Amino acid sequence: MELQIKNIGKDFAERRIFDDINFSLKSGQSAAIVGPNGSGKTTLAKIICGLIRPSRGEVIYRIENTPIPQQEIYHHVGLVGPYLELYEELTAMENMLFFARMQRVPNAEDKIISLLSQMNLAGREDDEVRTYSSGMRQRLKYAFALLTDPQVLILDEPTSNLDSDGIDRVYAIMTEQKKNKILLIATNDKMDLKYGDIQVAVTS
Amino acid sequence: MQLLHDAWLIFLKDVRQEFKTRYSVNAILLFALVTLVAVSFSIGTFNAGSDIKSALLWIIIFFSAMSGLSHIFVREEDKHTADTLKLVAQPTGIFLGKFLFNLVLLCLLEIITVPLFFAVMDFEIKGVSLFISVLILGSVGLSAGATMTAAIISKASAKGALFAVLSFPILLPVIIAGISGTKIAVQQTAISEASGELQMLFAYSVVVITAAILLFDFVWNE
Repeated sequence: MELQIKNIGKDFAERRIFDDINFSLKSGQSAAIVGPNGSGKTTLAKIICGLIRPSRGEVIYRIENTPIPQQEIYHHVGLVGPYLELYEELTAMENMLFFARMQRVPNAEDKIISLLSQMNLAGREDDEVRTYSSGMRQRLKYAFALLTDPQVLILDEPTSNLDSDGIDRVYAIMTEQKKNKILLIATNDKMDLKYGDIQVAVTS
Repeated sequence: MQLLHDAWLIFLKDVRQEFKTRYSVNAILLFALVTLVAVSFSIGTFNAGSDIKSALLWIIIFFSAMSGLSHIFVREEDKHTADTLKLVAQPTGIFLGKFLFNLVLLCLLEIITVPLFFAVMDFEIKGVSLFISVLILGSVGLSAGATMTAAIISKASAKGALFAVLSFPILLPVIIAGISGTKIAVQQTAISEASGELQMLFAYSVVVITAAILLFDFVWNE
């Protein structure tokens, strides 16, 4: 898998958020997107995973030099961010089953139980998400992002709301991801930054 | 097949959510019942003709639909689940799933409201099959137009007012054809008597659903 960011720029109305961002990553590589508050780290993360369109430039995903069509990108990308929420009226298991079936995850139930256990949510899978604390919701977002074993994992503020146990688990995920897949972190946390092989500075 | 699979899963998810919150069902049914009672009290004694009663029935259906059908997309935006949904589903699958949910909700409303309207307003029709055909095709058109409009207004700040204002001109052809078809069903039994209205409702549904499938990607992702 290769991820190439070419001349990406984004404007909101007349305001230029950032411009001319270029970098590329291959499996086994990672990058940290850094920049002051309001510089557009989250916007860049959303552009890379296809949630919003850039004003300029393009994001290219390739597998063995073959570009992946836009509509198939989601199968290869996992995203965790403060702006992503799961359905709070549904239980954790109902949420995960819905997303797993949407993404055609084989052996979905076993995979979900394994992921919930990995994020220390075992035993709470039948509770509605509305009863979860913010830290538990963050853990559940990781379980959601890892459902498809994504080739590209994008983490926006990866350790927010987490206790020390949660942070350790996230660092274990990041270590595993960057072994043979692509990891992107949007953060200003100095501990998180250690997991990026390169730093991509986003400035207005 | 993938689109239909996605649409079906989204429909089931929305049904499960609605079953737990009952937000849309409560809003639509309560609005319909209150309007029905208000109408029956205000004109019940005037012996209104079938033309007026036909119009009142469709006005009740339209405004009841306006009170709840937008929730299908507003809920996704307000609860910040829209981006999560975008990560797992194609826009067309999302539209079809939401459209199906709104259609089922509207049919549920009609199953309860229409017999009540007939009883309370002393409304009789000769062409039952014609009336049911008008109602089904009208519901498909209303649901399709309302679902697309709901997606458009879900990102706005004044969602409630905007939904009714934007929906009205889009859904006006359905209301007019629905009223006209219902008026004919009062007097005639043969479906062919209202072929113009039925063709109009069918054509409207096909055009709106096709346009929505083609345009929904832009509405949803911009």
